[in-house]
Amino acid sequence: MEITERNAKQWARLGPRGFFGQAMLDIAEGNPNIIAMSADLGSSSGLERFKTAYPDQFVNAGIAEQNMIGVAGGLAKEGFNVFATSFSPFIAIRAGEQVRMNLGYMHLNVKAVAIGAGINMGFLGNSHFGLEDLSLMRAIPKMTIISPADCGEVLKTVQAAANFDGPMYIRLTGDGTCKPVYLDDYDFQIGKSVSLREGSDVTIVACGSMVKESLDAADLLAEQGIEATVINMHTIKPLDHKALDIAAEGTPAIVTVEEHSTIGGLGSCVSEYMAPRKDRVPHLSIGLPDEYIKTGSYRWMLEQQGLLGTSICTKIADFLKQ
Amino acid sequence: MKQKDLEKMALEMRRKIIDISHNCGHSTHVGGALSMVELMTVLYGHVLNFDVKNPRWDDRDRFILSKGHGVLGYYPALLLSGIISEETFNTFMTNGTDLIAHPVMNMDLGIESSNGSLGQGISMAVGIALAAKKKNKPYNTYTLIGDGESNEGSVWEAAMLAPHLGLDNLTLLVDYNRMQNDGAGKDIINIENMPERFKAFGWYVIEVDGHNISEIVDAFQDSSNSGKPKAIVAHTIKGKGVPFMENEKSWHHNRVNKTNYDLAIEALNGTQ
Repeated sequence: MEITERNAKQWARLGPRGFFGQAMLDIAEGNPNIIAMSADLGSSSGLERFKTAYPDQFVNAGIAEQNMIGVAGGLAKEGFNVFATSFSPFIAIRAGEQVRMNLGYMHLNVKAVAIGAGINMGFLGNSHFGLEDLSLMRAIPKMTIISPADCGEVLKTVQAAANFDGPMYIRLTGDGTCKPVYLDDYDFQIGKSVSLREGSDVTIVACGSMVKESLDAADLLAEQGIEATVINMHTIKPLDHKALDIAAEGTPAIVTVEEHSTIGGLGSCVSEYMAPRKDRVPHLSIGLPDEYIKTGSYRWMLEQQGLLGTSICTKIADFLKQ
Repeated sequence: MKQKDLEKMALEMRRKIIDISHNCGHSTHVGGALSMVELMTVLYGHVLNFDVKNPRWDDRDRFILSKGHGVLGYYPALLLSGIISEETFNTFMTNGTDLIAHPVMNMDLGIESSNGSLGQGISMAVGIALAAKKKNKPYNTYTLIGDGESNEGSVWEAAMLAPHLGLDNLTLLVDYNRMQNDGAGKDIINIENMPERFKAFGWYVIEVDGHNISEIVDAFQDSSNSGKPKAIVAHTIKGKGVPFMENEKSWHHNRVNKTNYDLAIEALNGTQ
């Protein structure tokens, strides 16, 4: 599988959650050490084809996420590279302590994959949203956390995870209505952010679904004569400090944009790093509010929460005027 | 090991438990360690395949102490089977030690997993047993849980999955001592019918007197559980072997002072 314009557009229609299963098919080929686990959400994770193609490498734990993570730990201890999937709160919160013991304390080679993180589950409501997961997962010592920007980056992330020995939390945001960020192949490295656009007035640091929205915002800002740098901070942990150093030196303001509560997510990571610096610049943190929000379609909620390119543009323009 | 030697080992295990809990100078989980002594003795003295020179031996049998606070019944087994040294053993609960009040994964010391949070080790054991099936490995997996630990819902998630996966290479030991932190299990939450519960979940269940070496040996040797995981539900007495600790809530977690130490050792010597 390769990122081309044609593929990217085709994958985008599946959304990261639907496409995830295809990325798993890609890495499982010729690699019997890969195991995919589900807690009765195989079809929701795009794993139906995987299950058929690699029945010995698929384990359904039933609707029992805590046990799933523990079993994943046992399999990982015996040499398997286990991708354990469920909706974000069921992994990061319900099974959070199993994640802490197995992926944290024992540092086992399990990839916890949160499908439908952020507010992507739409009308299913806040019970299924991942609003707090980054905050919890990144406090677990030595946890690697990746939030891919589009389906192409889901592929890159899953491929990197296949060759990465250690625990990881992979957070899938966005759906089939999201346009691709990447139309060509690019260099993806864990912990190394990607600068997608250069500008000297502000640096926008975004992750997941908010990378594309931030690029849209940057286009709109350019129409007002504001030139933005846009950084795809796909790895939340370890955070790419060098990119932030460059941002602080090169632009007079930093904006973080994420589909997560502004408590404890990307915005917090950036401010924690910048706070002690003498050369720190003003930082606007854009994300979800500290509340369980009114539910509707995904795009309606993004609009309501000011997370579409137009609102992001307005917030940034206002911030820069202050 | 022969039965007589196993009985000797069990007594030595109890002495070590009292020694180490006295020597460390802290409160420790004594009662639940004394209840699991015969299970651990038969496991380490008779059942488990391991190589003391190579704790990482790929085909070794795996043991997970799911009731992680039972380390006092675990470290002496590692010591008496030659896996850890006396020197290491004596570092128990000293600052910076590898041997604390719950197991910390350390393959050099033959400790397969980190535990302490109840209801999790059984899940890992299911994963390890499943890995053996997938890789066609000959090792067996054993895990020990407490009946108090079985208050945790995740125990039953694992109990549901293991028979579904046909893990007949997995043996669960239930230390059914009917006591937990706050006292008698019956006063806290119903833990009756433990054997029936596992049977209903699809396990091959054997009930034993958890302090009868030969019954435990037979239960391990019973190989008629083809296609099913095995649960050995062991009726035990919390604090077994030290009369003033038996079925006594305060000995779930307590400090063995000099007076108690002398009394306990005297009681154990009397059983020789």
